Amino acid sequence: MSTTSDTMVRFRDVTKVFGTGSSAVAAVDGVTLDIEAGEIFGVIGYSGAGKSTLVRLINALEPVTSGSVVVDGDEVSALSERELRPVRASIGMIFQQFNLLSSRTVAGNVAYALKVAGWDKPRREARVAELLEFVGLSDKAGAYPSQLSGGQKQRVGIARALATSPKLLLADEATSALDPETTRDVLALLRRVNAELGVTIVVITHEMDVVRSTCHRVAVMEHGKVVEVGEVYDVFSSPQATATKKFVGTALRDRPGPEALERLRRRHPGRLVTVGVHEDGTSGASLTRLLREHGLDGSVVFGGISEIGERPFGSLTLELAGDDATISAFLTELATTTDVVDLGTAADPRDDPRVVAGASDESGEGDSATGAPPSGRVDEPDPRDAWQSERWPGTGSTGTSGLGRPGTQGTQPGDFGTEPGTFGGAR
Amino acid sequence: MNRDWSTLWPILLSSLGETLYMVSIALLAGGLGGLVLGLALYCTRKGNLLANTVVFNVLNVLVNIVRPIPFIIFLTMIYPVTLAVVGTTIGTEAFILPLSVMTAFGTSRIVEQNLVSIDPGVVEAARAMGASPWRIIRTVLIPEALAPLILGYTFIFVAVIDMSAMAGYIGGGGLGDFAIRYGYQRYNWAVTAVTVLVIIVIVQVVQFFGNWLARKVLRR
Repeated sequence: MSTTSDTMVRFRDVTKVFGTGSSAVAAVDGVTLDIEAGEIFGVIGYSGAGKSTLVRLINALEPVTSGSVVVDGDEVSALSERELRPVRASIGMIFQQFNLLSSRTVAGNVAYALKVAGWDKPRREARVAELLEFVGLSDKAGAYPSQLSGGQKQRVGIARALATSPKLLLADEATSALDPETTRDVLALLRRVNAELGVTIVVITHEMDVVRSTCHRVAVMEHGKVVEVGEVYDVFSSPQATATKKFVGTALRDRPGPEALERLRRRHPGRLVTVGVHEDGTSGASLTRLLREHGLDGSVVFGGISEIGERPFGSLTLELAGDDATISAFLTELATTTDVVDLGTAADPRDDPRVVAGASDESGEGDSATGAPPSGRVDEPDPRDAWQSERWPGTGSTGTSGLGRPGTQGTQPGDFGTEPGTFGGAR
Repeated sequence: MNRDWSTLWPILLSSLGETLYMVSIALLAGGLGGLVLGLALYCTRKGNLLANTVVFNVLNVLVNIVRPIPFIIFLTMIYPVTLAVVGTTIGTEAFILPLSVMTAFGTSRIVEQNLVSIDPGVVEAARAMGASPWRIIRTVLIPEALAPLILGYTFIFVAVIDMSAMAGYIGGGGLGDFAIRYGYQRYNWAVTAVTVLVIIVIVQVVQFFGNWLARKVLRR
């Protein structure tokens, strides 16, 4: 029923309008987008941006107003409700509120998807056991959803969504109702689903951290439109749209916002420079080398480095001590290897064009709230970024183990543990 | 008094039998009809499974028209229908028809209200799995709302007992008729009291059973 192609989901000029006449709202407005087979694709946007509507156009829970949506060769936007049923059965979906049937046990919930797909009882039972093993909930088979924690519920949701071995999994704010640690576990499970089973995953989220740690490519949505799309690393390293800059700011918080910068300048009246650090630590190494070569002193006053798409990324803000000519020469040479933003001095301030007010300034607010000195230390707003000031300049490598992706280290061995080869046998 | 009761007991017993007969048939037929009508109201509502504004509005207005009619007036209003269907307008059988119809309309609202409390996300999840509307009604809507539905039907049972007291007006018999004729009209307060006591016992037993069943279903 499907043709083999590299594109799993193809949106062509898709519009979805809710309401009519003067109250009509275009939740999705002229979206053209390709989601490739085998990738984890993120769709990020603030609430009301249209991302949840967009994902519901993929399995046609919402019909399109115009345009076409093709999923794995099937033009879902042209199918009738009856024709859509088998297509929907071949697309898994998980939800923010899990949406488990409270009247059925864990095993019953997973089996339900198989029942709908017409599996007979012996095959259902074998498959349910296999799936619960995969998500690490074999011991909860007879429990009811109300007896489970949020993370366990979502794992049941994932097992249910994977029951019919779909090629595509839609995750609608799947971690938004979970605490940070459970979020990491669930995201690790999604990455495993992608890596071991080859399932294409579309992740809808408003948290850039989810995109940063999990997705390969990302589309940023605002007012129903896709304002930016690309590799997660590229989008992070050179965000174009205002919305994107805000999201990047909230995820990294590596660049001082206007208020934090003001406080920095009070403490560090000298020349402030923000240096991008990325690509396996090479620019971090060149930074230390260049400082040494130019005989300059640089002290880190702000910054953060974490991993994006398995590559280290972030920035450091330094206060440089030395005469202007040396600093200029140093900056010129540094600019050939990485992006450098000259913030000037307290007497002659300049702004960072990449910083959007209200985005990366949260950390600065946190400083004043806790009464901690606003600067003079490396800012560490998010423990998951795991940046530690003592590491720098140190070995010159920023891609050290402490900066690992959340969840990739297998926080709880055996939690989702199963042999990769044991899954997916009986299809 | 004692001589009186020896003749009254058998009449009370047969009246009890008539009441249970009327109420159980009405609950069965009207309860089922109400379930269908309630499901139709819920499913055709805007944004739901089988959203259909025309059908919903027609059903909604119909239910709103029928439900407020006092039962004793409704009883006489549908005489022509009763005559056509049952063949007579007096007696227990003739009373069961209007009782069932009214039960159905009353039940429909209760069913609809209990279904509204279901998380729409669960329905959406079932749709996302490719389930048909009919399958969703059978395997999602009813099981998910089962406990409140049981309590709703327990509530309806009491309402039907209440309505069945009016059977005497068309010669339908039952406990209500017994209390009026042998208690009220003969100035025998004790008979009325005993009849009320019997009704209270029935209601208590059914309520207890309903609560127990709902709890059992909700054990999850």
